[in-house]
Amino acid sequence: MSAAEWMLSKIDDATNWARKFSLFQYPFVTACCGMEFMSVAAPKYDIARFGAEFPRFSPRQADLLIIVGTITERQGPALRRIYDQMCEPKWVVAFGVCASTGGFYQNYSTMPGADQVVPVDVYIPGCPPRPEQVLDGLILLQERIQRGEGHSQITIASEKAAKKAEKLGQTYEGPLVSIRPIGEHPKLEENKVEK
Amino acid sequence: MAQIVLDQLAAKFTGGEILESGTSHGDEWARIRRDAWLAVGEFLRDDAATKMEMFIDLTCVDRLGMHGGNPDAPRFDVVLHLYSVVHKHRVRLYCGVTEDDASVDTLCGLWPGANWFEREAYDLYGVRFKGHPDLRRILMYPEFVGHPLRKDYPKEKRQPLVRRNAATRE
Repeated sequence: MSAAEWMLSKIDDATNWARKFSLFQYPFVTACCGMEFMSVAAPKYDIARFGAEFPRFSPRQADLLIIVGTITERQGPALRRIYDQMCEPKWVVAFGVCASTGGFYQNYSTMPGADQVVPVDVYIPGCPPRPEQVLDGLILLQERIQRGEGHSQITIASEKAAKKAEKLGQTYEGPLVSIRPIGEHPKLEENKVEK
Repeated sequence: MAQIVLDQLAAKFTGGEILESGTSHGDEWARIRRDAWLAVGEFLRDDAATKMEMFIDLTCVDRLGMHGGNPDAPRFDVVLHLYSVVHKHRVRLYCGVTEDDASVDTLCGLWPGANWFEREAYDLYGVRFKGHPDLRRILMYPEFVGHPLRKDYPKEKRQPLVRRNAATRE
């Protein structure tokens, strides 16, 4: 690793550190889990302690999409559109079993998990989850952000890697999309560029 | 509770429009012949002794396979609940609708509140309400095919509008 690369990795660390403590959430609240979300946001559990204080009601000002509650098939296009409008890098949390898997709904109208439509970084189980579980999920997400494992962080990194490989005349097989630490990903290992 | 409603109906409609009537669990009910659906509704709303000015609910029941294989029995029951604020009594009306001609007169002209309930019954059961001003789906999306609360609709069949790209998982 060259000195310049080492510097860049330190800058990434600092950026990720800053990002993980300044999450601006967009709460996509559709169902009863919203009550627990309010509890997490209110002073008793106080999600502000973790730097995720401000719910923004515009996706353009948010970088964390929290899907709180049941998603129906009819809501799918709206949810996808909101996700697409958010600025990168962005993260998605599925709050509660309905957003994670459809929960106890298994019928014609309920989407079996919001991850059918948008990528999800952290799934919080529970019907609804306790506020402590939500905070636990948030801490998990913060660890992911610090390691650069958020799905859009990985996408951005892989696009960078693809550009770099192109510059050096090497082949790069498409963006990496699975949520794994970048350094350990076999494709990145293969395409590691030695100077 | 509201035997007077059934008595009034029996006195007014003597041409066989009231197919059946009775009392169960303290509520009166009557089964109406389909061509008299609108007339019975209008009578119940306007008659001084019944005065059913309040529309409570309209829904549908799919009785598929519940008639012992009788092919002439109507598959669907449109169920109407009415209430009188003046007399404080209520009644439940049924109207049998066959699968081949799943339609009945709209009650929107009598109670404007019936509008969305009839749209819901149309959306989920496919019963058409003749004369309805705006008979569109109300719960399911316009792209949806079929009527999901019919008993022969596959229980877990989904009709997704949008899905992630399976190749890129984006």
